[in-house]
Amino acid sequence: MERSIRFDLLSKRDINKETFVEPWPEAGLIVADSPYDPQPSISIDGGKVVEMDGAPRADFDALDRFIVSHALDLDVAGAAMAMSSKEYARMLADINVPRADIARLVAGCTPAKLTDIMRHMNVLEMMMGLAKMRVRRMPANQAHVTNWREHPALLAADAAEAALRGFAEVETTVRVARFAPLNALAILIGTQTGRGGVLTQCSVEEALGLRLAMKGLTSYAETLSVYGTELTFVDGDDTPWSKAFLASAYASRGVKIRFTSGTGSEALMGRAEQKSMLYLEARCLLVVKGAGSQGVQNGSISCIALPEALPGGVRAVLAENLLASMLGLEVASGNDALASHSSIRKTAKLMLQFIPGADFIFSGYSAIPKRDNLFGGGNFDAEDFDDYNVLQRDMQIDGGVKPIREDEALHIRRKAGEAIQAVYRELDLPAISDEEVDAATVAHSSDDMPERDIVPDLEAADRFMASDSDFVTVMQALQRSGFGEVADNILEMGRQRIAADYLQPAAIFDADFKVQSAINDPNNYTGPGSGYRPQGQRWQDIQAIPQAKPPTGFVEPHVGQPLSRLVEIGPAARGTGKEVVLALGPAFGRALGVTIGGLEHEAVLKAILGGIAGEGAVARIIRIYHSSDCAAIGFVGARLSGSGVAIGLQSRGTAVIHQKDLAPLNNLELFSQSPSLTLATYENIGVNAARYALGKSTVPVSVKIDNGARLRLIVKTALLHRRETDEVCPDQAPVECLFDWEPD
Amino acid sequence: MALAISAAAVLARAANCAICEGSAMREKPGKAYPLRDNAADDLRSFSERPLSEITAEAVAKGEVSGDDLRTHADALRQQARIAREAGYPQLAGNFSRAAELASVPNDELLKIYELLRPERATHEELARLADYLELTYGARENAAFIREAAETYRERDLLRR
Repeated sequence: MERSIRFDLLSKRDINKETFVEPWPEAGLIVADSPYDPQPSISIDGGKVVEMDGAPRADFDALDRFIVSHALDLDVAGAAMAMSSKEYARMLADINVPRADIARLVAGCTPAKLTDIMRHMNVLEMMMGLAKMRVRRMPANQAHVTNWREHPALLAADAAEAALRGFAEVETTVRVARFAPLNALAILIGTQTGRGGVLTQCSVEEALGLRLAMKGLTSYAETLSVYGTELTFVDGDDTPWSKAFLASAYASRGVKIRFTSGTGSEALMGRAEQKSMLYLEARCLLVVKGAGSQGVQNGSISCIALPEALPGGVRAVLAENLLASMLGLEVASGNDALASHSSIRKTAKLMLQFIPGADFIFSGYSAIPKRDNLFGGGNFDAEDFDDYNVLQRDMQIDGGVKPIREDEALHIRRKAGEAIQAVYRELDLPAISDEEVDAATVAHSSDDMPERDIVPDLEAADRFMASDSDFVTVMQALQRSGFGEVADNILEMGRQRIAADYLQPAAIFDADFKVQSAINDPNNYTGPGSGYRPQGQRWQDIQAIPQAKPPTGFVEPHVGQPLSRLVEIGPAARGTGKEVVLALGPAFGRALGVTIGGLEHEAVLKAILGGIAGEGAVARIIRIYHSSDCAAIGFVGARLSGSGVAIGLQSRGTAVIHQKDLAPLNNLELFSQSPSLTLATYENIGVNAARYALGKSTVPVSVKIDNGARLRLIVKTALLHRRETDEVCPDQAPVECLFDWEPD
Repeated sequence: MALAISAAAVLARAANCAICEGSAMREKPGKAYPLRDNAADDLRSFSERPLSEITAEAVAKGEVSGDDLRTHADALRQQARIAREAGYPQLAGNFSRAAELASVPNDELLKIYELLRPERATHEELARLADYLELTYGARENAAFIREAAETYRERDLLRR
């Protein structure tokens, strides 16, 4: 078969490394609206649900039972189910309807009803809904910090940098489960070095996770996974009751929790029961709410590639985020696991949560390179930090982080490395050497770290876990070794456990270590002029990317000494004969001395004049004062030229060959890509202008096309033009100049 | 569409529901919240020590234990009230159960969780567990919750065989 070169090229693009599949409802491979999804319904008799979504009570599975007993508000259910799904959809998209009004009714909606509401909404409407229904007013972000070496100094340094960047939560996990206490310890110390109040967790098996929290090594947990069918739930070795009990157990120790769910897990586990992913997720979310969790991480999480393989998958993921927020749950909205090979696709998907804002836009932005991410995460990673900062700056959106300077990062990483080194020394854990701290300070990944013997580390982890050592022991170790400030932050985390304020929905600690949650910072978005927008200092911080330079810096390299050999001799008169007029902009060789391409004005003059002379024509130099516009400069020059041909030349190097019979904005040749112009090009411009003046046939000068030049240099172009425009004297007539130079 | 009624009508009906009373409060924080700032003088640790005693100096002198940084049931009950007032009844229920569990030792919590997992316990074991929690810790809500689980596990074949 013939092969199209274009199709061949397209087949090699990143997007075509993805897997795409057609829907298959029978296998659960359908994101929404499976023909087997039930229709919404509810019947209540004597304060008891006797039928829900087409199933009589006798057919209820464990999830249905849990939902009707704990999740549904039966006082509103009748009215809530009677209202049309389309009406809900319209209310969600309508800025005039406050979130509380919707939340009150949604409390009575069954899983099928919730799914049916989403059927009426496109992604833009869902984004409006999420902006309004998100429970906390201010959005935030969570980071993943892991490394495949499980190196304590690198974990601490990366956690400290993540804290400095503004992440409100930092999550770690283990490659080897026994490392859990030491990894939790490293990110606790790291985060509290970077910024007091960052919440931390270590994702491990449920019981071990609870023990870590009891030791004070973690302050939240989000490993409480739920699934949308009874069989998957049981495969996950839990029931809604065991998970709800676990939630209470964590709360009893002053530890924040959120549950985990997400589209695709049931299909992946082969037990989707022919239902759509979104319907099963709606069931999950009602279990989460019924269990009394303050929130959920959803957005498909580690299954994201599965809905993305199907049509409408990214829309369905946004729908599940929105459903969670409608139910009053804090949402950590996914964007964590690798979702795409294509940076276009991954960024486009992110916008659905980034623009409306979520309580946590990522349930794990990989604050380390993806090759060090032990969650299978890293859809956005440490190598995307600058891109992400620019996205915030571009859209004036608070994505939950801020740009930091290199020196700040190095300082905090070293401090965290030294703090964990001191704690290891004080607690008799295997020593962390100065070389390891040095390496962790500058490291990007595990690859930059020296080898470390993990056997003694693992033995020490076992001893630490079995001992009575807890975060109080850690505070004392920090105090003894001169890290009192870090100890104070960990102590304050402990004191916050006593208050338990941060167990409320969507709680985080802000930059001042003050709790912010749905209770004291509830989302109050009702359209323009309401809700959260980054303003004041926060907007200043987002703007201040280190790459942004002061505008004056762009012009300075182009300021030169006035050309002593270029003298003005009097008013310019109309010339005679086969001359070429070289018409200069008002700043040329005066206020400015170098073109945008870095060429000295004197050298440019010599090149053009050399070209004209080489063709045997005469050149005359005229300075234009009344305009800085290239066409105007060239056009005036042409009208003063004896041959009618002139070269117009701006200080930044843009040139035109003009002819007096042409319209002002027309020309013979235009050289707008000034950064690409070389002295040889300028000489050729001189040659061609001379040939036009002499009436010879002329091949236009070829210039390399560089469409990136404008992208790179537009700020400089604007500022150089502004500088030239500063020199304009509207009433001053063109002036004849003498350039004291003879071509060879 | 025959069932469709206007949002305004539904909201008007919802406003009469007991659960929706004081709905204007929903978007307002409980006055006491955050307790850390507004009720710090009343806050005590699990060990009954006032928050003001739990200082860096005390830690340095070895006078602070893990239980001095553990949550007291009273704080959880207060958070339950705040959550209920703000329109989060299920979360409030969780905090109420947590308050009951505040005095249950770590090992026991882990054992109870294990028993509630699928096919770990017989109906009788769960019933005994519920009685134990109620009698030993006064954990009425947890007991009711476990009894409900036991019934469901029996009907859904989730008990130990």
